[in-house]
Amino acid sequence: MTTASGLRPMTAGELTKIVLNKEELFILDVRNQSDFDDWKIEGESVEIINIPYFDLLDSVDQALEQIPSDKRLLVVCAKEGSSKFVAEQLVQAGRTNVSYLEGGMKSWSEHLEPVKIGDLKDGGSLYQFVRIGKGCLSYMAISSGEAAVIDTLRMTDVFERFAREQGATIKHTLDTHLHADHISGGRKLAEQTGATYWLPPKDATEVTFPYEKLEEGRDITVGNTKIKIQPIYSPGHTIGSTSLIVDDEYLLTGDILFIESIGRPDLAGKAEDWVGDLRNTLYNRYNGLAQDLIVLPAHFGKVTELGEGGRVIARLSDLYRNNPGLNIQDEETFRRTVTVNLPPQPNAYQEIRQTNMGKITPNEDEQREMETGPNRCAVHDK
Amino acid sequence: MNTNITVDAKGMACPMPIVKAKKALDSLQTGQVMEVLSTDKGSVKDFQAWVKQTNHELTQHVEEDGVYKFYVRKV
Repeated sequence: MTTASGLRPMTAGELTKIVLNKEELFILDVRNQSDFDDWKIEGESVEIINIPYFDLLDSVDQALEQIPSDKRLLVVCAKEGSSKFVAEQLVQAGRTNVSYLEGGMKSWSEHLEPVKIGDLKDGGSLYQFVRIGKGCLSYMAISSGEAAVIDTLRMTDVFERFAREQGATIKHTLDTHLHADHISGGRKLAEQTGATYWLPPKDATEVTFPYEKLEEGRDITVGNTKIKIQPIYSPGHTIGSTSLIVDDEYLLTGDILFIESIGRPDLAGKAEDWVGDLRNTLYNRYNGLAQDLIVLPAHFGKVTELGEGGRVIARLSDLYRNNPGLNIQDEETFRRTVTVNLPPQPNAYQEIRQTNMGKITPNEDEQREMETGPNRCAVHDK
Repeated sequence: MNTNITVDAKGMACPMPIVKAKKALDSLQTGQVMEVLSTDKGSVKDFQAWVKQTNHELTQHVEEDGVYKFYVRKV
């Protein structure tokens, strides 16, 4: 759709493709500086500047001076209104090739891009859902018309639609731990589809709803595929954190191990207590697993962690070579790395934990507001 | 608080609360006070940042029943 002025809306999906294909784009973000500094659109081929819209009410000359004339331009704000307002003025001033982000950062935060990770041995496939704006990752294993969703995000309709398109019924939803950076859609999706919701019992001591205990020895079968929940009790980010081995090939590490970083142990307020667990999981438990397992984390922190087509994926042996968090030999240095000078905690993380326990039930707008900003679950995120 | 002008931006979304507030502020004399009413939670930080960089004085900022009230003294 193009308006009379030549101004086009760009959807979060279109922007995702641009970022993943590394197409050149210049972004003018017109939110206030603190919101911009906290969280913004990133991409290897993306150049971005921040001028708040209230500095551009009288004249957009200041913006025009800083925007290269030959690049495609996207104007972004929190919801859409201000970006459209500024973009219209830029078009009136003669700038061409201008878009505004439809739905603003709100839509960017909620967009999920499904990418196929691979085929499973007995038929079926594993998909990763990349929440590119916030750095969250969900998974869906599909086999013989059945599906399991792991670390489901709040946008449950996306998973329902995807499963339907694949001709699969969602039988299980699993959370690797009680999340603190985003609201889990696991329980809601299970309620909507009649699936079983699984949660590690040690993270669920305060929850207000029934669930199945996700623990070692209780294998879950999806269609013809066995999702093993074997001795991968892997505490450290939370006391219950549990990893999943899917089809003997994929290791879903939750928020314990990422591609370029490791999980932080402080989001439930127990950094010092859980340092030993985190170290044991990363340096002993995972070390004892088959090193050719393919690691699939629940987050990425930097756009450089996005691989081909947006996949966030790495072999365990490669992570032992390259991930700085797996190469801190001295225990005291490790303790300091994961307890001192951590990045700021995610927005509203206490309320998010309460929501995921079922203790509070915010409405959709409130949930959206609570999830604003980056995930910040890794120790190396800034 | 004595106010010289009230901008009712209830129900309006960005950027309108600040567009209207700016227009109203431009019409005031130094020392006069503007009251702005807004229901847009997202504009609270914008409003604070805007007043700060215009060098006027945000004298009060309260929330009552979902309505955000800002009082700005023109400097």
